[in-house]
Amino acid sequence: MGGSASAVVMRSPGRGERIAAAALVLLTVAVILVPAMASRDPLRIDDVLARRLIAPLGRDAHGGWHLLGTDRFGRDLFVRMMLAGRLSLVVGVAGSLFAGALGTLLGAIAGWSGGVVDRSVTAMADLLLALPRLVLLLVGVALWQPGVETILVVLALTGWMGIARLVRGEVISVRHRPYVPAATALGATSARVLLRHVIPNAIGPAIVATTLGVGNAILLESGLSFLGLGIQPPAPSWGNMISGGRDLLVVAPWVSLAPGLALVATVLATTVLGDGLRDRLAGEG
Amino acid sequence: MRAAARAALLYLSVLSLTFALLRLAPGDPATFLLPPGATAADAVQLRGELGLDRSMAVQYARWFRETLSGHLGDSFVDRRPVRLVIGDALPVSVALGGASLLFSFAIGMAIGLMQSARRGTKLDTSLTVASVVLVASPAYWLGLGAIACFTYLASSWSLPLYLRLPAIGLATPGAELQGMSHLADLVRHSILPVALLSAIGAGGVARYVRTGALDAMNADWMRTARAKGAGERRVFAHHLLANLRAPLLTLFALALPGTVAGSVFVETIFAWPGMGRLMVTSIVARDYPVVMGCAATFGAIVIIANLAAEALLPWADPRVRS
Repeated sequence: MGGSASAVVMRSPGRGERIAAAALVLLTVAVILVPAMASRDPLRIDDVLARRLIAPLGRDAHGGWHLLGTDRFGRDLFVRMMLAGRLSLVVGVAGSLFAGALGTLLGAIAGWSGGVVDRSVTAMADLLLALPRLVLLLVGVALWQPGVETILVVLALTGWMGIARLVRGEVISVRHRPYVPAATALGATSARVLLRHVIPNAIGPAIVATTLGVGNAILLESGLSFLGLGIQPPAPSWGNMISGGRDLLVVAPWVSLAPGLALVATVLATTVLGDGLRDRLAGEG
Repeated sequence: MRAAARAALLYLSVLSLTFALLRLAPGDPATFLLPPGATAADAVQLRGELGLDRSMAVQYARWFRETLSGHLGDSFVDRRPVRLVIGDALPVSVALGGASLLFSFAIGMAIGLMQSARRGTKLDTSLTVASVVLVASPAYWLGLGAIACFTYLASSWSLPLYLRLPAIGLATPGAELQGMSHLADLVRHSILPVALLSAIGAGGVARYVRTGALDAMNADWMRTARAKGAGERRVFAHHLLANLRAPLLTLFALALPGTVAGSVFVETIFAWPGMGRLMVTSIVARDYPVVMGCAATFGAIVIIANLAAEALLPWADPRVRS
């Protein structure tokens, strides 16, 4: 990881990465547009008997056409899935970004200051890494109210440690590069040197880890929602939609199948992008 | 020895963290314990009995002493000691997690090594895709799929009996089986959960082993081994595996938290009375002492696994022995 990004010849993205990026863009557009253009409120429940458990591509008694069918309350699955996708994407991206920012900040401060500060940050990271992340998340939602805010806070507070370790290592190696004393000699304050010169040169691995963290955050959110400890119905989340189809596996398998496929495809796409980013950064060094 | 002392200190910090989280939470624990219709005077009395009216420092000291002596408090729900509640659930999870880790590594290593030997073939590519998809899939969703196929559809498609698998619990209810037939029943109930956790774990291990093996194949010592006339079999079994031992040991300790997480979902789906399900049910019931007891147990498992991996490292990699 060098300071001279300009010297790097960027490898063009592979086919897998292009497909993954296209899929994520398509999903983003769809989750914004589909619920907005839906003819019916995706949370509304009425005339359940006429609409419920319509198979994919089927029509209900009112003539409404359903791409992915309907759930037990007669709500269109595709529209609900896209509404849930808004939430999953926002929670995944924001949760991972918050964790990445916190980890970058703490890791940079620890690597830069050394001494007591370094030891306390490292001890804190070791402490939180001694508990599986899902266990920390479960304790977090157990003690506070389940909901989007709680999930975001807990994702950030339980996801920064790995990134802090990476950034700390990078900062320690960057700290002694000639441009750091040069900036100091030019009169830059410690905070300016850290923010303008050290962190930009040490942030590569943190960006990769944050990208790879998006899929993980989406999986954790949907897992909590599946257990009934995350997003609360009637608000849809891929996790609670899968859970809603648990007792319909034989009668209406599409109720659980469709949101699960969306979840896997999204996590897969972010993983492929993160891996691609990592390979590119590795090739750079 | 120093590593053990460090691990002990870390564990005490984990316990203190659970105490801090519990007391940071909004709400008065006494109100969860009181029966409906209790008066304010009852609440004051109960707080006195539980020591909740003392200063935080006194409460912490007392909690610390009790925890160290193995007393984790009583469950709010059924008033049983947390120690006994966890004692019932832990063996189930250890069996599930242990069997799954074992299969994950055995199958994952075999697949990863085979992929590295046949790198670039169609088989290699499809196995890579399969393992990436498995790792990206939520365990509970795959579990529902497995139940749909092997429990429900298996009987309507009239598949052979060994493919019709039970989806709930550890034993057939009311069957009162003895001896070997009891064991056979237990194995039948274990197939789906263990296979599921193993498949997800094997996907991760296979990816890791494939990458590690491909890196190793370009190493100088591989060329040297071949140059001195060692056959392919010996190069693989002797040189390559010896060099993968240390990273695999580290992976084993790292894989444990993931297995714990997987078991939370798999135990919930298959209604296994293990630690993961206990944790979820006690969260839903706001049974804080049990939640904290579970967290403390998971922390102990992770710390012990890391300690063991560290202790075994000199065996796996003689270079660190000095």
